[in-house]
Amino acid sequence: MKKISVFLLLSLAPLSADAIEVFACEPEWASLVAEIAGDKATVTVATTAFQDPHRLQAKPSLIAAVRRADLVICTGADLEIGWLPLLLRRAGNPGIQVGKPGNFMAADHVRKLELPKLVDRSQGDIHPQGNPHVHLDPRNIRRIGAGLAKRLGEIDPANVAHYDARSKSFEDSWNRATMDWERRAANLAGLRLVSNHRSFSYLAAWLELEIVATLEPKPGIPASGTQLAALLEQLSPNPPVAVIRTPYANERPSKWLSDQLDIPEIELPYTIGGSDNVTNLFELFEVSIAMLQEPVQ
Amino acid sequence: MKQKSIVVLLMMAATCMPAAHAADIAGEIADLRAAIQEMQRDYESRISELEDRLANAEQLASGAQRDASEAFDIAEQTAIDQSSGATAANTFNPSLGAVLSGRYANFDQGWEEIPGFQPAGEIGTGEPGFALGEAEINLKANVDDKYFGNLTFAIADEEGEVEVELEEAWVQTTGLPAGFTVSGGRMFSAAGYINGFHRHTDDFVDRPLPYQAFFGGQYRVDGVRARWIAPTPILFELGAELNWGSGFPAGGEPGSSPGAHTLFTKLGGDVGASHSWQLGLSWLSADADERGDGPGAFSGDSELALVDFVWKWAPQGSSAQRNFKLQGEYFSREESGTFDSIAYDGDQTGWYLQGVWQFAPMWRVGLRHERVDADSGPLLVGTVLEDPGRSSSRNSVMFDWSASEYSRLRLQYTNDRVLSDTDSQWLLQYIMSLGAHGAHAF
Repeated sequence: MKKISVFLLLSLAPLSADAIEVFACEPEWASLVAEIAGDKATVTVATTAFQDPHRLQAKPSLIAAVRRADLVICTGADLEIGWLPLLLRRAGNPGIQVGKPGNFMAADHVRKLELPKLVDRSQGDIHPQGNPHVHLDPRNIRRIGAGLAKRLGEIDPANVAHYDARSKSFEDSWNRATMDWERRAANLAGLRLVSNHRSFSYLAAWLELEIVATLEPKPGIPASGTQLAALLEQLSPNPPVAVIRTPYANERPSKWLSDQLDIPEIELPYTIGGSDNVTNLFELFEVSIAMLQEPVQ
Repeated sequence: MKQKSIVVLLMMAATCMPAAHAADIAGEIADLRAAIQEMQRDYESRISELEDRLANAEQLASGAQRDASEAFDIAEQTAIDQSSGATAANTFNPSLGAVLSGRYANFDQGWEEIPGFQPAGEIGTGEPGFALGEAEINLKANVDDKYFGNLTFAIADEEGEVEVELEEAWVQTTGLPAGFTVSGGRMFSAAGYINGFHRHTDDFVDRPLPYQAFFGGQYRVDGVRARWIAPTPILFELGAELNWGSGFPAGGEPGSSPGAHTLFTKLGGDVGASHSWQLGLSWLSADADERGDGPGAFSGDSELALVDFVWKWAPQGSSAQRNFKLQGEYFSREESGTFDSIAYDGDQTGWYLQGVWQFAPMWRVGLRHERVDADSGPLLVGTVLEDPGRSSSRNSVMFDWSASEYSRLRLQYTNDRVLSDTDSQWLLQYIMSLGAHGAHAF
């Protein structure tokens, strides 16, 4: 299994003596750091594409990694609320505490979707600051990348020129790639999909996909049999094109619904390592769009 | 009107043409030419008017576009600012959480002390029937850029009297470098594995027997703790605590020197993506002075060694669907001094081992075995420390369901052999948390 090779402690950059140590909560941010810092940063990533970033625990290995970090880069917007505050408190590391330059929350740099009108737990595991899965809109990646480059320069002033240059060249190729994706995905506008959880809202907003329903009746709450049956009845008259889900989501309800409606079930990579051919941010969008094209062909 | 008359004129000219006289034709042509030229002038002026209007409109449109893009930028920035950073409405309020719990118990034979052990703290089966658990309220926040503070109080009904108990009240540094943190106040000791956890996070309704026998349920420190984490790839932590309080097994009047101290170390890491582990070693040394509020008091020296381990498995580290947790702790204590003026030199041991298996989202099942032994010597016959000549043990199986991260319902069956007769105990428990998101501690 190649998936096994995506280890919890994954070094994305070769170790060099003057490299800063970065702790990334999710693989997408580890990849963004690699794009912008190159060999000037050694990255430890806390989760893989097969782990729900909301459900992690403050494991011993993560405490040890945050202890050594010069920069902690996470999504924020309460995605890591259950474990990141605990790691920060346990680590004995003043540089990465909230408000310090070593604490970088990606979601603080972009506009969040789905700000809840009703902040109440009866609505499920909602995030008062909006949907935190911000990385699936490439325009957000561009904004966050620019913010990250600036932050890296603050933490490691000796290499400001290095970060600036890499950031500019990343932004150039990212903008070109974004335009290319937008052109090639133009036919996907209005594509009707069902998603497991609201993990793809930003991708949908960017490509104008239409997420007609989520399998979870409320965020973080798995659907019961009755709820799934009701969803099936609701969707049957006008079935969506496909059911999509993240690699870490429970595949059973998605597979069941796809069988019942006789539509494809697609496990989108969601983040780096989500499928074998996704090893960086460019491939993430490349592969996601190609997979969404399949049921349309 | 003008166009109509011209059209009529043209039509008349056309119909009259074949019959008209040649001389008239020249005059009519001149008239027609004049009419056409007038039309042309008229249309030209209207076209240039339209062109002006178009240019005007284009200018307005580009202005509007500029305004719109500016407005978009402002709106975008505002949206980013509003939805970023700390939650606005309660930015400076500490995070607030409450835990409500209660249980129904069905058993024949309860107990309040474990044979061979001096009772302390909150131990025992309690009464059969419904019992309200402690309502726990927790406040926590960063104090400033150097300290973090935490306050937990429990409200319980003790035989009709509502009592408020200060469970935790501690501050901790966040600004010390090099892996050091120092905490002060009242806190749960870092000795052992589950001692640091609130009881509502336990996997069984009641604390394991050795915790009840050796710590009175939970060992609390009133004092200071320092811990240091090594800059290593796996967790290697060293720590020490000084306790001036009377948290069992310490006890007695507070003095200028601490009544107990703890040394502990923790090691932990991952094996592949699916396995995580932690191993702990702790040493607790206490000087007890007239310890105990029940029958009899102990004065002397108490030395406890504690080994704990926990191993967790989840397929590819994803615990949401299925996961397994195995944990165990071993206690060994030597106490020497006097008990009720009788010379006392006792050895006590205890351990528990439990496994909890989440076999489907929301559903878990768990098994636990726990056992304690006391060897107090022949002099203490007739006191609570009298050697029962056998182990006290229990076997439990539990089954729980969590509708979300915030609620849990649990059914537990315990085969209880703390007393000489075996007892079958059924327990039904609810634990619900409100407010701040709970911490996912390992």
